[in-house]
Amino acid sequence: MIDIIFEPLRFGFMRTSFLVAILVSIACSTIGVYVVYRRMAFIGDALAHTVLPGLVVAYLVGINMFAGALVAGLASSLAIGRITQNKSVSEDTAIGIVFAGMFALGIFLMSRTGSFRELSHMLFGNILGIPDSMLIWIALIAISIPLFLFLLHKELELTSYDPSHAEVIGLRVDTVRYILLILLALTIVTTISAVGVVLTSALIITPAAAASLLTRRLVPMMVLSTVFGATSGILGLYASYYFNAASGAAIVLVCTAIFAVCALIEWAMRDRVNLKRSAA
Amino acid sequence: MVIPYSFRREHAAVPGAPAIETRDLWYRYPRVEHAALQGISISIPQASCVALIGSNGSGKSTLMKAICGILPPQRGTVRIAGLPIGGCHHRVAYLPQHGAINWRFPVTVRRLVLAGRFVHLGWIRRPGRRDYEIVDEALDNLGMTDLADRQIGMLSGGQQQRALLARALAQDAEVLLLDEPLTGVDHITRQVFERVINSLIQRGRTILTATHDTSVREAGYDTIFRLEEGELQEGDDDRHHL
Repeated sequence: MIDIIFEPLRFGFMRTSFLVAILVSIACSTIGVYVVYRRMAFIGDALAHTVLPGLVVAYLVGINMFAGALVAGLASSLAIGRITQNKSVSEDTAIGIVFAGMFALGIFLMSRTGSFRELSHMLFGNILGIPDSMLIWIALIAISIPLFLFLLHKELELTSYDPSHAEVIGLRVDTVRYILLILLALTIVTTISAVGVVLTSALIITPAAAASLLTRRLVPMMVLSTVFGATSGILGLYASYYFNAASGAAIVLVCTAIFAVCALIEWAMRDRVNLKRSAA
Repeated sequence: MVIPYSFRREHAAVPGAPAIETRDLWYRYPRVEHAALQGISISIPQASCVALIGSNGSGKSTLMKAICGILPPQRGTVRIAGLPIGGCHHRVAYLPQHGAINWRFPVTVRRLVLAGRFVHLGWIRRPGRRDYEIVDEALDNLGMTDLADRQIGMLSGGQQQRALLARALAQDAEVLLLDEPLTGVDHITRQVFERVINSLIQRGRTILTATHDTSVREAGYDTIFRLEEGELQEGDDDRHHL
């Protein structure tokens, strides 16, 4: 058993991957709680897809792809914030248009490179091939996200459930929303390196949604969500190593399994409460 | 150090100014032909209890939102204690209608009431011991101490309204805007509201209550304004002293 645990850790790239998985989980899982409760899951998914053109342009120009994704992510988050602020088109429609358009632009640019294979890790991630230089950026962002969420906890919390009171006390709901979108863009750009464009939103939404089934408190929910995210990352990497499967997909599958277990627990607990009530 | 949410310094009240004053207030929602507010001019003195009555869609909630700064008027002015909106955020507390709040959000009653202190804290600063003491006092006043750790969605409609009133008490606002506060609430909540509001008026606070319930004419309001299709009806400024 101990051999099974330590076997992958003999390799440097695996040790880096475990570290990245944990760091990415911290960022995704904490911000994910706000994404779930503010019903921003679609925006999260859209943002993950809209960074694709940035990645491809960075690849074509020969600059750091992380920087390309960052610029595209921040630009997209500001654009989505602006569009959703204007009520002339419904929010989901506007996001759907931007998301599809930007993703199509990314695919178009990818096809112009003549090599889909080289860019496939953008779509599906490559956690096993993350260089040390990028690890520092991932660590910085992964630590910054919970720190910002801690500092802006009361502002994010209030604007999530009572925007009217926030506006009355002078706290602009749009300002907080932009801050959250920027933090979300940073999280997504970091996560893409691990699980790719297609699966990023799962790491943000699924652990938080699983945690929301077991607790009704915000801070315990964030802690539980982080535990679920980190567990998914670690177990997913082991599964990827031993079954020789894609690491990003393995991580997300473990994440989904954890959600299913939480849903069963919640269902059983609710059933027991209903039984007690009917007995009383 | 306090960094105000609006990044603007709060000003002292203008001595002798009305608690609420609107002049020729107009508001029209986007893509709607009919203006929701049409030249509303009202003046409400300090320490008074005023009702704003009218049928659904008459513009009561719009006027409330314009007064507290949620909807910036397209024409006209709003002044609170003689100051424009933005110069006195801490002075106004607004109790929205039930549906305006996401009651499913994972926040406890104590955290909701604590939000009344946020205007005094501003950006980033965290609540201190005194803030929590004020919150506990407000919860006690509204008879909600036992429910303090309950998630807000687990409360009844009446308890939710009491929690919002507790938040307004914690804010220590001088002007309270109550939008349909007693719609569908239980008898206990009505009694608690009456007691707390009477004590607030005695402490010099100003209360403006919007309601579609025309029976308020029987209740003890200093002034009653009636709105119809965004217009203030003449001759309906009835006075019923408490």
